[in-house]
Amino acid sequence: MNEATGQSGHTSALAEAPTPGGLPKAKSGRPASLWSDAWADLRRKPIFLISCGIIAVLVLMAMWPSLFSSVDPFNARTCELATARQLPSAGHPFGRDNLGCDLYARTIYGAANSLVIGISTTIFAALIGGLLGLVAGFFGGATDTVASRVTEIFFAIPSILGALLIGSTFRDSGLGIWLVVISLTVLGWPMTFRIMRAAVITAKSQDFVVAARALGAGPGRIMFRHLLPNALAPVIVVATINLGGFIAAEAALSYLGVGVQPPEISWGLMIADAQRRFLEAPLPLIFPAVFLSITVLAFIMLGDAVRDALDPKLR
Amino acid sequence: MGRYIIRRLLQSIPVLLGATLLIFTIVFALPGDPIAALAGEKQSNPNLVAILRERYHLNDPLLLQYWHYISGVLFRGDLGINFSEVPVSQLLAGKFQVTLNLALTALIIEALVGVGLGLWAALRRGKATDTMILASTLLLISVPTLVSGFILQYILGVKLKQWTGADIFPIAGIANGLRSYLLPGFVLAGVSIAYLTRLTRTSLAETLRADFIRTATAKGLSRRRVVGRHALRNALIPLITFLGADLGNLMGGAVITERIFNLPGIGLQLFDSVYLREQPVVVGIVTILVLIYIVANLAVDLMYAVLDPRIRYE
Amino acid sequence: MKKTSADVLPVEGVYGDEPLLAVDDLHVEFRTRAGIVRAVNGVSYTVNPGETLAVLGESGSGKSVTAQAIMGILDMPPAHIPHGEIRFKGTDLLKLSEEARTQVRGQRIAMIFQDALSALNPVFTVGWQISEMFRVHRGMSKADAMKKAVELMDRVRIPAARQRVNDYPHQFSGGMRQRIMIAMSIALDPEVLIADEPTTALDVTVQAQIMDLLADLQRESQMGLILITHDLGVVADVADKIAVMYAGRIVERASVHDIYRAPAHPYTKGLLESIPRVDLKGQDLYAIKGLPPNLLELPTGCAFHPRCPYRQDNCVTDVPPLYQISGTRGSACHYWREVLDGER
Repeated sequence: MNEATGQSGHTSALAEAPTPGGLPKAKSGRPASLWSDAWADLRRKPIFLISCGIIAVLVLMAMWPSLFSSVDPFNARTCELATARQLPSAGHPFGRDNLGCDLYARTIYGAANSLVIGISTTIFAALIGGLLGLVAGFFGGATDTVASRVTEIFFAIPSILGALLIGSTFRDSGLGIWLVVISLTVLGWPMTFRIMRAAVITAKSQDFVVAARALGAGPGRIMFRHLLPNALAPVIVVATINLGGFIAAEAALSYLGVGVQPPEISWGLMIADAQRRFLEAPLPLIFPAVFLSITVLAFIMLGDAVRDALDPKLR
Repeated sequence: MGRYIIRRLLQSIPVLLGATLLIFTIVFALPGDPIAALAGEKQSNPNLVAILRERYHLNDPLLLQYWHYISGVLFRGDLGINFSEVPVSQLLAGKFQVTLNLALTALIIEALVGVGLGLWAALRRGKATDTMILASTLLLISVPTLVSGFILQYILGVKLKQWTGADIFPIAGIANGLRSYLLPGFVLAGVSIAYLTRLTRTSLAETLRADFIRTATAKGLSRRRVVGRHALRNALIPLITFLGADLGNLMGGAVITERIFNLPGIGLQLFDSVYLREQPVVVGIVTILVLIYIVANLAVDLMYAVLDPRIRYE
Repeated sequence: MKKTSADVLPVEGVYGDEPLLAVDDLHVEFRTRAGIVRAVNGVSYTVNPGETLAVLGESGSGKSVTAQAIMGILDMPPAHIPHGEIRFKGTDLLKLSEEARTQVRGQRIAMIFQDALSALNPVFTVGWQISEMFRVHRGMSKADAMKKAVELMDRVRIPAARQRVNDYPHQFSGGMRQRIMIAMSIALDPEVLIADEPTTALDVTVQAQIMDLLADLQRESQMGLILITHDLGVVADVADKIAVMYAGRIVERASVHDIYRAPAHPYTKGLLESIPRVDLKGQDLYAIKGLPPNLLELPTGCAFHPRCPYRQDNCVTDVPPLYQISGTRGSACHYWREVLDGER
């Protein structure tokens, strides 16, 4: 539409024109129609469908890796040192790694940890950051000041270094991959906090919230029935985009030796293992790297599509 | 303005204290006895251990130890000494320079490529160029440093040298001066380039829709002047603040790049110190990075005031 | 040396009988995803030196789009001009090259906008923005151009102009900002000035001052002034003639006197009756019933028929032409006689 030149009154008149579907677009206040609009929008987006397709395959890979590979990479007898760094051959489509293990099987089995860590971290970070942001934004005043200062502290610590510290300090805690989830969550929640807090403060001043309060609704009801649904969209957008980032961070931590620990399989670990002989045998590094990148890409694309759908302003 | 800076610096103190205390606590909880680690395989003399423990306040409660440390930082600018009696500030000075060089190289690459691509995309909005640039930002965001680092090292560092015979991009170390930082700088900048490109595109596209752009056109100015003077000056404001804040992120996130390209910066040092349980060095590095974060954010706010006359700090 | 506008606009010779500015059967449409929005459907009007034309209409009537088409500041696409002419001293501006048009814009036809706060660039001083006209179009030095800017600010009666020339737009009040906008627009003595709702964003008292200023400036320079507004009250004192627009068409054209005495179109009549009047205090204020038309799906026949108290069957099917009532007066209503006679 003619936003640049239309005189303001004129544009608004045009904006009231019906959308192609014949229904006027909801502006605000009715989250239900925002979601259904977004869904209708998403279903027609190729980028959304492609990323969903990739994610579906990855989930399948994570849950039933044996569907994809008949070799069990946890069985040491499938590895033969003599065949280390063998190029792709029949039965071993990606070749073999530095220890002579089947690269294809290991790459397939690596998906599980990436997805579990990425998704769990996203959920925990969104829950912690979201709840704190909701409370800080709603109550304001001293609560908000304290919460915001604490958030600032976590922002000030570089995430990857902070996670490196936590990971190495509690290395022997026996938490396994959950230690990675914890250290990434500890440094990842402040982002959601800021988004949620800002969204709640905006929503708080809207008429329907003021009205609910005037009608005597309690703080809990206002927060969860009125504010949360209206502030949820930006949080979901950020969470989806962050998911890809957490998966990349898991790989980075595993690469640094403070993430997933052997004998568990992780793409980051595989990259670390392959690094030593990378210049002579690049394939053991390239396959997990490509899988990692495609996984991150799928979630970033999903996040982009969701953002476009939920926030039409940005288009 | 002066009072604003002082107030902001005072407000930063809790952040500095909180962040360093947090790190101090984590480092304090690092498993193992640093003195024993220092002695290595040798049986250490119990008397010497006791003296060393006293010297490094290792017998004091956590908060007291922290006080010894932070008072040194705040009042004497002293980051303490490591267990080999080398002042941490001296140990880190060279490493810090490496990371700063790397981050600045990345920042310059990011600014040139990101702003350039973003402007190009905004001016071709909706056309094929725009779509291509947007798609490439998606790729750039999706390929982790870990992957892009190795792949670029292989293609530009190794293969290019094989094909051309010229060592354009050294693959490791800092022996080649500024040239050593080009490839790592680009790798480190990768994701930021993508975000800056998108931010530039959005910012310029939004500014081009502003009323004052219509006024500038109505004044009979050429398209070049409307975009280059009137739009750009406004669109640059959020970009410069993004770049300012990103310097801290780049320095804090440099560890992977430093490891891949074997650059002896503070990220790599932190990585080593964590394994050596050199608590003073670990805390020192994080303290420096937190300080950089605080100063960078203050600088960004002040830059806002310079760039946007509507903002005034009392 | 910059080309002067005369080099690219050889208009002086042909001028003759032509009005200073003539919009002739102009059509503007916006091709959007939702469909084609016909914002202007055959608008014609003229302005002569020293004359003030008021273009009246509610938002969406096409009055601003017409003005932007004259200025050549429509975004094309989505805007398209499938038909029509805009003749400035006899030359069709729509046929000029973009370069030639840039020479007309700002120098010979200038425009001021509704909201001066958003229409002025927030990061440059007002002096910089006014003096830019002299630097870019006249090749003046910075210092000379700045002197001219101060003179202009004096001329639009901004107090302490010399001290304020280096202030930023946000440091001025709404009325002062609009004066800066005006100073910028008259900098190069344009022959036509288009004022798009120049007072809508201002307080009532300030509105009057700005209108007075515009009237004075026009008297001094003999510009043709096109005053776009939705407010009949604003134009009564300053306009010579009025064009009332509805749904992209001119529905009534008349002198101010005639329109106030007896409107010849039901829409104009409705607008007049919806002005609060002291002598009718206590009575219900009249409001035109119904909603402004949807430009994507204009009503058949006369676009005003769904809201019209004079509607007959042929209004739904036949588009009324602009019937000539007398001289230059016209009304696009099949039943203008009944409206004029005040029958309802």
